Amino acid sequence: MCGQGRSGLIGFQAALAGALSGGALILMCGAIYAQSAPQIVPRLTGDAAPMTNEPAPPLARPVTDDKRVMRNYPEQPPVIPHSIENYQLTVRANRCLDCHRRQYTEGSGAPMISVTHFMDRDGQVLADVTPRRYFCTTCHVNQTDARPLVPNTFRDMALSPPPPRQ
Amino acid sequence: MARLKALLLWFFGVASRPSTHFSLAFLALGGFICGIMFWGAFNTALELTNTEKFCTGCHEMHDNVYQELQRTVHFSNRSGVRATCPDCHVPHDWTDKIARKMQASKEVWGKVFGTISTRDKFLNHRLELAKHEWARMEANDSLECRNCHSAIAMDFTKQTSRAAAIHAKFLISKERTCIDCHKGIAHELPDMTGIEPGWQEPPEERGRESLIELLRRFATTIPAQSN
Repeated sequence: MCGQGRSGLIGFQAALAGALSGGALILMCGAIYAQSAPQIVPRLTGDAAPMTNEPAPPLARPVTDDKRVMRNYPEQPPVIPHSIENYQLTVRANRCLDCHRRQYTEGSGAPMISVTHFMDRDGQVLADVTPRRYFCTTCHVNQTDARPLVPNTFRDMALSPPPPRQ
Repeated sequence: MARLKALLLWFFGVASRPSTHFSLAFLALGGFICGIMFWGAFNTALELTNTEKFCTGCHEMHDNVYQELQRTVHFSNRSGVRATCPDCHVPHDWTDKIARKMQASKEVWGKVFGTISTRDKFLNHRLELAKHEWARMEANDSLECRNCHSAIAMDFTKQTSRAAAIHAKFLISKERTCIDCHKGIAHELPDMTGIEPGWQEPPEERGRESLIELLRRFATTIPAQSN
C-alpha cells in the first residue's frame, strides 16, 4: 500500500518534470521565432501605443455596382454586390430575404439562397431558411475599395496555367 | 339646470341688443385684432406641437423611435439635410394637418393610460402602429416622402442600375408608392413574419413580367436609345 503510494508519487513527479521542461522548450522556441520572424502582418487591433489618440483612417466605400462577382473557390460564400447600408437583419425582420427568399426570387430576379441554407445541422431539409443560416452577414459581406491589409498570393487553380512538369 | 337656463337667457338678452357704450368701429376693429391674436396664438401653439422637441418630450417616443431614427440617413447624412418627426408624420397642408392633429388626440389617450409605456408594450404594439402609418402613406401616395423626394427630380443615371430599373417600373408607372418598398427606413421594422415585401405584386396581378425580364429589357433598350 505504502510502496504503491510512493511509486505513484514518483510517477507523478516524472510527469510534472516532463511537462514543465516541454513547456519551457515551447516557450523558448516561441520567443526565438517571434524575434526572428518577418513582421508581414500589421497589428489588426488598436493603436501601437494603446493609451494615445490616433486619427482613425477614412472609411472605405462599399462596391455597389450590382455585378455578380465570381467566387474564388467553390465553397466561398458569394459576396454582396449592392449596398446593404441600414438593412435590418434582426430576429424580427430580414431585409435580405425580402428578395433572396425562394418565393420571391422570380419576382425580384435576385439569386436564391442555396439549398444548404435549408438544412439544419443534422442535414434535415426544412421548408424555409434554417435558423443557423438566417443571419446573412455572418458569411456574406459586401466589398469595399479598401486596400488589403496583408499581401496575398492566392491563385485560382482553375484560372492559372498548370506549373511545368519536372 | 334652471340656473343654467337663466344664465343663457341673460347672455342672449345682452348679446342680441345693440351696444350702447361702444362705437361700431371700436367693436369691429377690436374683434378684428382679437381675432388676429387668437389665430396667432392658436397657430403658434399648433406649431409648438409640431417640433421634434415636442415629439420626443415623452419617453415613449424618445427611447424607442427617436433612438432608431438617429442611426438612419434621414437623421445624419453627407449633405446635412435632416427630416424631423413632423416632416414625415404630419401633413403640411392645413386641413390635412388639423385632421391629423385631431386623430392625435387618441395618442394623448394612449399616453395617459400608458398603452406603450414600456419597451415590451411598445414592441407588442409595433406592428399595429406601423400598419397605421403604412396605410396612411399608401392612401395619400406617400405625400410626406414626396414633400422632399420628387420623381421628376430623380436622376436615374446616378442610381445603381438595379434601383433605376425598379424605379422606372414601379415609381414612374405609379404602380407602387414609396412606402410599399421603403418600409423601415427611418425606424426599425416590427415582426415582419407573414408580411410580403412591398414590391411583390398583389395576388391578382401575379404572373406578369418578372423583374429579371425587365432588367434584361432595360439593359437592351439603353444602348439602342443612345445610338
